[in-house]
Amino acid sequence: MLAYTLRRIVGLVPTLFVLVTLAFFIIRLAPGGPFDQEQALAPAIRANLDAAYGLDQPLPVQYGRYLGALLRGDLGPSFRFKDFSVNELIASGLPLSLTTGLAAAALAFLVGVPLGAWAAWRARSRGARLLMNLSLLGVVLPAFVVGPLLALLFGIYWPVFRIGGYEPGNPSFLVLPVITLALPVGAYVARLTRDSMSEVLAMPFIRTARAKGLSSRRVLVHHALRPALIPVVSYLGPAIAFVVTGSLVVETVFGLPGSGRFLVQGAIDRDYPLVMGMILVYGVFTLVCNLVADLLYGWLDPRVRLT
Amino acid sequence: MSAGVRATLIVLAVLAALALAAPWISPWTPDALDWDNLAAPPQWAQAHWLGTDRLGRDLFVRGMQALRISLTLGLLATLVSVCIGVTWGAVAGFVGGRIDAAMMRFVDIVYALPYVFIVIILSTMLPRGSLAALFIAIGAVGWLTMARIVRGQTLSLRQREFVTAAIACGVRTPAILWRHIVPNVATTVIAYATLTIPQVILFESFLSFLGLGVQEPVASLGSLINEGAQEMETSPWMLLVPATLLVTVLVALSVLGDSLRTRVKNGNG
Repeated sequence: MLAYTLRRIVGLVPTLFVLVTLAFFIIRLAPGGPFDQEQALAPAIRANLDAAYGLDQPLPVQYGRYLGALLRGDLGPSFRFKDFSVNELIASGLPLSLTTGLAAAALAFLVGVPLGAWAAWRARSRGARLLMNLSLLGVVLPAFVVGPLLALLFGIYWPVFRIGGYEPGNPSFLVLPVITLALPVGAYVARLTRDSMSEVLAMPFIRTARAKGLSSRRVLVHHALRPALIPVVSYLGPAIAFVVTGSLVVETVFGLPGSGRFLVQGAIDRDYPLVMGMILVYGVFTLVCNLVADLLYGWLDPRVRLT
Repeated sequence: MSAGVRATLIVLAVLAALALAAPWISPWTPDALDWDNLAAPPQWAQAHWLGTDRLGRDLFVRGMQALRISLTLGLLATLVSVCIGVTWGAVAGFVGGRIDAAMMRFVDIVYALPYVFIVIILSTMLPRGSLAALFIAIGAVGWLTMARIVRGQTLSLRQREFVTAAIACGVRTPAILWRHIVPNVATTVIAYATLTIPQVILFESFLSFLGLGVQEPVASLGSLINEGAQEMETSPWMLLVPATLLVTVLVALSVLGDSLRTRVKNGNG
């Protein structure tokens, strides 16, 4: 188990390397640079700027320098946010993004799994069918539609929660963003749980457990839940990636000062180090979550040999 | 065909027809500014059936133009991803061995990267606002799932007698792929392609919402939603119109794709 975990962590390195390399060269291939403005800069100033940021060097040299700095944990200076390093910018927004993202993922799984299990248990009831139809809607509705609608309903027409901005320590600002992020993931989790749970419930060992006279609840929780959770857990990785994507939208919609906006703004401004830094941070985060999902998988299903 | 599927097909057909016919139905053009009706709510009098935006542009016409773009882009980008995905998957699955391992390893690595980042990187690279660039960016990453599915199917097809017979007859590999493999994976591919279309539409809208996709004066459902979200306090229709359109299209296409996929899975496709 430990050896497997270590080997998987080492296995992340080539993937990250490919990510960095691809991102680095593709961004540089783009027309236009960070210092292109409506009024062209004087050539001397331009040359000085390029030299200051090392942009006058050939690409392979820049790439080597970037990798070298990366190994020291330095993501470089931001081109647009003067006097800020990418490390500082990301550190300023990431805690908030992580809080909302993890809260949303937790909410989605904590609500989605019981609802899905219930829908499988009472598959023929009207409530379960309604729930599954609603969940299809939840899966399809994009965050950038749900977010503004929720803001309109619960922020303006019926102002229960605060919207537009963030005051540290006031969770009222975070309720709607977290719900927006959690909705599609929770709906999908509910559907996954329902599908796998109804397969598990049809298996002979469940019939045996019931024949022994165990209570419905015991059968559901102690016998059926664990095998039914396997596909749900393998969705954990993609779910986190989904939440990360959604955070870009949610931070725009609700004006949260998280780190997602840096990716978008950086892409528009051609702020190479900022985009690279964001992609790296989010990339590492996604890959680690995939890894955790795989490890959980082995714990839930002993047939999976983690070697 | 179930009643639900028939209903979604009708909804899609009506929307597509409206999107195509909008220039002839409405007296307004997408970039016409109606100074007397700035941010006007839906009304019959001036033929602003779905209201106007902050600049007095008719929302029905703009919405339909956006829908046209979304549908076209959805179809084109899906086509791109189907072509790449089928070729990649069929070759990997049929040739097998090291080539297969290398090709699928590549897919695995790209798969592990968050999809959005690749699209954002690609969209920064390509000229902003160009539709062609947008669909290349989306199509170029949409093929991964397709490649995996086709490879899986090809692996089992390769074991079948008619393929062995073709190999024994000395048919060359490209011909076998084209004549024997591709027609046999077509049903599955079509079913999954139907599910790819709403994903592509969603992606385009997502990028446009963030300001990385379609640029003014051309409208996309995503950019309309973004504009609407800024005005929703005073003029909620600016948000509700594009949001309803997008959701309707996405739900309809997803229901259609889901039912096709279920049919293929149950073996009566």
